[in-house]
Amino acid sequence: MSEVPVPPANLEYQRAGRWSLFLKRFLRSRNVMAGAIVLGLVILSVALAAQISPYEPTQQFRRHRLQAPNAEFLLGTDNLGRDILTRILYGGRVSLQVGIVSVAIGATVGTLLGLIAGYIGGWSDVLIMRFIDMMLAFPGILLALVIIAVLGRNLQNVMIAVGLSSIPVYTRVVRGSALSVKQLDFIIAAQALGASSGRIMARHILPNVLAPTIVVATNGVAGAIISGAALSFLGLGQQPPDPEWGLMLNEGRDYIRVAAWVTTYPGLAIMITVLSINLLGDGLRDILDPRLKL
Amino acid sequence: MGRLLQTVPTVFLVTVAVFLMLHLTPGDPAEVFLGDKRSSPELLEKVREDMGLNRPLHVQYLSYMGNALRGDLGRSLQTNVPVLEQILNRLPWTIELAAAALMIAAFIGISVGIIAALYHNTVIDTLAMALALVGISMPVYWSSLLLILLFAVQLRVLPAIGQGGIERLILPATALALVSAGSLARMVRSSMLEALSQDFVLTARSKGISERLVVIRHVLRNALIPVVTILGLMLGNMLSGAVITETIFARLGIGQKYVEAVLQKDFTMVQGTTLFIALMYVFVNIVVDIVYAFIDPRIRYV
Repeated sequence: MSEVPVPPANLEYQRAGRWSLFLKRFLRSRNVMAGAIVLGLVILSVALAAQISPYEPTQQFRRHRLQAPNAEFLLGTDNLGRDILTRILYGGRVSLQVGIVSVAIGATVGTLLGLIAGYIGGWSDVLIMRFIDMMLAFPGILLALVIIAVLGRNLQNVMIAVGLSSIPVYTRVVRGSALSVKQLDFIIAAQALGASSGRIMARHILPNVLAPTIVVATNGVAGAIISGAALSFLGLGQQPPDPEWGLMLNEGRDYIRVAAWVTTYPGLAIMITVLSINLLGDGLRDILDPRLKL
Repeated sequence: MGRLLQTVPTVFLVTVAVFLMLHLTPGDPAEVFLGDKRSSPELLEKVREDMGLNRPLHVQYLSYMGNALRGDLGRSLQTNVPVLEQILNRLPWTIELAAAALMIAAFIGISVGIIAALYHNTVIDTLAMALALVGISMPVYWSSLLLILLFAVQLRVLPAIGQGGIERLILPATALALVSAGSLARMVRSSMLEALSQDFVLTARSKGISERLVVIRHVLRNALIPVVTILGLMLGNMLSGAVITETIFARLGIGQKYVEAVLQKDFTMVQGTTLFIALMYVFVNIVVDIVYAFIDPRIRYV
């Protein structure tokens, strides 16, 4: 690699250097590439569901109920004679959407709270962290269940519930990083120049806490897909007849003795998707933040 | 002691949040209480009066907490059975499941993690970590159904549903354990690797002790300390994961009741169970912290 010496004062050059380094590591990591390719294929096929499948997701072929995978129905049919592959493709749109929207909600609110708690500190820190402790007292999917119980059960509330219940992770990570960044010289310099707290948080702290947040958010999408599908599985999210991976698993449960494919394939879809996102997330962690170990 | 004081605000906020659940629900709490039953204005007013909904919020909170402290969490809107009685009836099944799952997760996770660390950067390590990743990526409902498919439908060696007896415990506990086992294996591995690179290990080796003794006496002891904390946190995940496993395996535990209550809009039941589980979880965490300080003298909560 022949690299032109970069004048240290030129920020543009440095930034480009950082990005190309990132890209280089990204392309070199086998796990990241495997994860990215598989995830890309999943997103592509889900997006092209209408082009790939000749059927509608709720279309019923009454004469072809519970058929094993064959040339006409590649992954078989369910108890109502609906094509499983078609339902997996359309259902994947919902599952991926739940994953992304809930992470967007959780990461935004969580990061904001973490910035305030970490940078401003004082009473705001105490209040926010007590609130976070309170949320953490509801372990795992329980918090999402509580929120669903309050808001009512539908898909939109699933995204809100899963999103809100993921706030603590982001707040903790961002607060921790903000606390350490806060003491660095360039922040003190910015304060001396009279920059407002808002400006310092947005322009100086945020970019420096972004790396761990991205890592957490990537794995968070996998977790959100699992939780979202779990809620639909329990009957609290997507309602029949529309497809969703968790709901499909639940619908196939009664036929597991006679038609295992009705449950196996949607489950496989969740697992492949989650696995690829986790591979990507683990790889990103090694690239972006080697210190962050889990 | 300081650790205990620290949880006071948490417990207070938890109770306030659970109390407010009913008031945060869109619509009139009295209507929520009546559920789908037809409600005339007079009936609504009577319910409001009976429930004390016309009193100021903080008075309502105090009376709710006063009752809760006396063990009165209200009655189920569906069955009219006291909420606490139902919880206590079902608790043993959930504890049995969570404890069994925790043991399985600890056994698999710790042994896989140790083996991976001892064979660091070999095929064994790669294979173990690939397995751990698959474990983490398996949602509990999916692994439950796979286990049912394999052991109950194909091999017919274990019953698919129900409770009571060890043979009905193996499948749900294993399903619940797999995710935790995966993340535990990763943590034990990195914790072991860190301990292996410490100076005292080098010293121990240079003294000429056998590698086995070095690992058992020096490495394991230090590497497994953080695992205790993780196991405590995992118990919380087991409790919430039980919501799904109990539903699938038709075990009449708290988790299954909880889902049923949410589906039936049985609000007192949801409220009481939520409070119970959250407080239980906070309590478990305190115990874990105390145990942690006990086994690791470097940690002190003053």
